Amino acid sequence: MTTLYFLQHYWWALVSLLGAILVALMFVQGGQTLLFGIARNGNDRTLLVNAFGHKWELTFTTLVTFGGAAFAAFPLFYSTSFGSAYWLWISILLLFVIQAVSYEYRSKAGNLLGTRTYEVFLLLNGALGTILLGVAVGTFFTGGPFIMQKMNLTDLSQPVISYWDNGWKGLDAIAVPFNLLLGIGVFLAARTLGLLYTISQIDEPGLVERCRKHAKITGSIFVAGFVVILIWYFLLPGYEVNPETGALAVVGSKFFINMTELVWPLVMLLAGVALVLAGMIRLFTGREKYNFYITALGVVLAVWPLLICAAFNNTAYYVSTVNPEYSLTLYNSSSSEFTLKVMAYVSIAIPFVIAYISYVWRALVRKKISNSELNGEDSHKY
Amino acid sequence: MFLSSLADVSRLQFALTAMFHWIFVPLTLGLGFIIAFMETKYVRSGDEFWKKTAKFWMNVFAVNFAIGVATGIILEFEFGTNWSNYSWFVGDIFGAPLAIEGIFAFFMESTFFAIMFFGWNKVGKKAHLTATWLTAIGTNLSAVWILIANSWMQFPTGMEFNPDTARNEMVDFWAVVFSPVAINKFLHTVTNAYVLASIVVIGISSWYLLKKRATDFSLKSIKTASIFGFVSLIVLIWTGDGSAYQVAKHQPMKLAAMEGLYRGEHGTPLVAVGMLNPSKTIHDDKDPLLFEISIPQGLSILANRKPGSFVPGINDIIEGGYEYTDHNGNTVTAVSFEEAKERGRIAINALAGYHEAKKASDEEAAQNALTNIRKNFDYFGYGYLDKPEELVPNVPLVFYAFRIMVGLGMFFILLFILKLFYLRKGTLQEKKWLLYAGIISVPLVYICSQAGWIVAEVGRQPWTIQDLLPIKAAVSGNSVSDVTTTLVIFFVLFSILLAAELRIMFNIIKKGPETKQS
Ligand code: HDD
Ligand code: HEM
Ligand code: HEM
Repeated sequence: MTTLYFLQHYWWALVSLLGAILVALMFVQGGQTLLFGIARNGNDRTLLVNAFGHKWELTFTTLVTFGGAAFAAFPLFYSTSFGSAYWLWISILLLFVIQAVSYEYRSKAGNLLGTRTYEVFLLLNGALGTILLGVAVGTFFTGGPFIMQKMNLTDLSQPVISYWDNGWKGLDAIAVPFNLLLGIGVFLAARTLGLLYTISQIDEPGLVERCRKHAKITGSIFVAGFVVILIWYFLLPGYEVNPETGALAVVGSKFFINMTELVWPLVMLLAGVALVLAGMIRLFTGREKYNFYITALGVVLAVWPLLICAAFNNTAYYVSTVNPEYSLTLYNSSSSEFTLKVMAYVSIAIPFVIAYISYVWRALVRKKISNSELNGEDSHKY
Repeated sequence: MFLSSLADVSRLQFALTAMFHWIFVPLTLGLGFIIAFMETKYVRSGDEFWKKTAKFWMNVFAVNFAIGVATGIILEFEFGTNWSNYSWFVGDIFGAPLAIEGIFAFFMESTFFAIMFFGWNKVGKKAHLTATWLTAIGTNLSAVWILIANSWMQFPTGMEFNPDTARNEMVDFWAVVFSPVAINKFLHTVTNAYVLASIVVIGISSWYLLKKRATDFSLKSIKTASIFGFVSLIVLIWTGDGSAYQVAKHQPMKLAAMEGLYRGEHGTPLVAVGMLNPSKTIHDDKDPLLFEISIPQGLSILANRKPGSFVPGINDIIEGGYEYTDHNGNTVTAVSFEEAKERGRIAINALAGYHEAKKASDEEAAQNALTNIRKNFDYFGYGYLDKPEELVPNVPLVFYAFRIMVGLGMFFILLFILKLFYLRKGTLQEKKWLLYAGIISVPLVYICSQAGWIVAEVGRQPWTIQDLLPIKAAVSGNSVSDVTTTLVIFFVLFSILLAAELRIMFNIIKKGPETKQS
């Protein structure tokens, strides 16, 4: 095993981990979908916005860092996917732009658009943002109709390395059933976690009671949906790449094979599923402490191996449906050994980052959010 | 012609989004420290006044921060969506600082931001103060990394071209991080941010003084801001001179555009004030300046630190043939545009040939091609250009933007000194004209700061990566209508959000520090 080979896998694992953590952190987005329906009045909405308002930046920053890490480690993916599936990514970005201002501006005097509009922004981000991100991630498993030829760079009249082969520019990925299902799965995960977070963090009996009821329903649909996604995922074909020659060959149930051959992702997946189920059982049996954390950890452990198996074990992780030769693999899309090594040194800092994030998280969730706290002397209210 | 090409709309879109981002970022960068100073005073003295003062400015900070984040995310992903060739060609070097920025800086600022706002009664006084400092440091760390990335585009270093992967690869991380351009750019840009934030604080406080409100708050805020701003401005001007020196060394065409200089001479003067002749082109002998007031020898001293030295003008650079000192300290003769273009084409064609030879397993041909790539790679980007005009950036924009920046910089020195002077004398409240000057300076400092970026970014056209990748080879394979649509969406959305931000800001200011903010 060469250093480069190791580093490519190390970075894929890290980027995947960021992706998995991102899915769990989208409990914020899930929480935003509660603003209409479950919240009965302005007071409920204010409580929700403040509970999730302490956390939205963390999710947002994870998304940004996920992008940055993908750029640094797999620049060809960054170049090919963002540049070609233009409208899909732009739509996702716009949905996050409107989120970033909404918490801060929602209740401020002079906010121009009115409280309601910012709440609709939050809802759009919570519902569509999660689904579209799921769809985009789905293309790791289903590919897309893109052209990618590095040597186009030498074509003086049109030096364009990659482009999408139809005018939908990535929006067509929504119409691929597996992608859409994955998107809905991400949405359901986010909403379930958002409900669990509300239960643990808000001190307002009526609202929490409704969230309990909904958590049971949404959580059950999420678990059922996840099983369907998993089975489908196991059946999907994939492309095996020869690391020496770069030659590709289609293999049935490729991701399932990866999982069983590597074993440890399978163990992780099972552990993740077990934790999610444990969280659900605790919910139904009325034990609520730590429920959010158990389920969130379960989601991370379940999503991480799915992403790992998209590329590990010599698999093409971004397949061109026009011509498999254009597909991206860890070997043809990564940064150089030198850069990956520099970045690996940088990654040593990640545990410290996680440590201070945990410290701050704990400091902020120590007390539940209630009306009396929000109206206290020293609070910054959204 | 305008907006007819994909590269043009993509440029306009990038310019628009970057300029929006830059409306918010400098205030964040500077105000973070001003708040940290104030809170430090509170923790040291226990005086509730400083806590209230810090909290007022924190509200301003938060409203501005949110929209800074909203515009930033678009920028980051735009490298992929709109400059996808670029992302591959230099992603090996350029991606790293962006990722490091995320890991080190963005998490730091967003995590401690939460404590700063929601933590007043959840953590101790000292822990809160630490969080405020860490937020300020975190925002400034993000400036470090993004500016390293930007400097590298202006002065690519620490890398090597790999013909097998058809991209540039990093070989020396520290050369990228500690490039003189990066150090200078970082210092110049963050001190710009400190000056800007200081002036915003001064402007708002001056308004209160005119309204005879919150006098104590305003005087103390002005004092903190004027000292911080003045010290920063000294560094700003010093590094501004350094910026010009770096530009002269690495981007002579940008310098020529900044000065409207078409023909250089030994002992070139510096144009202090001037008006360009709008009909001047590179093909005629007209005088480029309709009128000018110049400092003799100025440009030679600025560019080479040596009176009597030669500074090339636009036409000199196109024609080549003059001598200059290269990065390694050797004296070399500049090549003409035509020759650079020729050599660039040789490199590009050799790259294609290299891959064909590899495919055909023709080692000898591959080696030949490789030699040609290596020999001519310094001119790689010129191969994509056709006419010498393409080498020339928008001269009037760069020329006037430069003068606006420098002129306003001089004006701000005066502003800070006068504010401090009358503050000491205790008569600042009575000097209405000076209070008005403080208010007018707020829009001026924003203009100044944007003008600086116009010099830097428009001045380096047509290069996204100096000499290696012109914009037309950097752009993604989108259609003009796609990019035009996103351009309009961004413009409308950002304008609405900016309007909302300003209204909220004015409301906070009108309410004032006297009342409780929520
Ligand atoms: C308050 C704002 C401000 C003020 C007063 C100045 N600058 Fe500046 N300048 C900037 C704000 C700025 C900036 C926005 O921060 C830029 C844009 C890119 C950069 O590196 O900094 C910049 C860029 C910039 C560049 C281009 C750098 C490049 O292309 O990489 C030069 C040559 C100068 N400056 C020179 C000066 C000089 C000689 C000044 C003397 C007074 C000066 N600046 C004052
Ligand atoms: C935030 C402050 C900045 C402002 C206001 C700014 C402004 C601009 C402007 C006006 C242009 C258009 C130039 C033209 O096409 O004539 C531009 C282009 C561009 N800038 Fe910046 N810029 C900023 C920072 C940066 C940074 C930090 C980077 C890189 C890390 C960067 C990368 C680019 C790229 C890739 C383009 C498009 C390609 C090109 O035109 O060369 N900019 N910017
Ligand atoms: C053109 C290149 C740039 C890109 C791609 C970029 C990217 C971003 C992104 C993604 C964010 C949101 C981070 C978050 O989630 O918290 C952000 C915010 C920020 N960026 Fe930029 N940025 C650019 C230019 C700059 C420049 C030139 C500076 C400073 C010199 C800067 C300083 C900041 C700061 C301080 C923030 C915090 C938010 C705020 O200021 O309101 N950025 N940027």
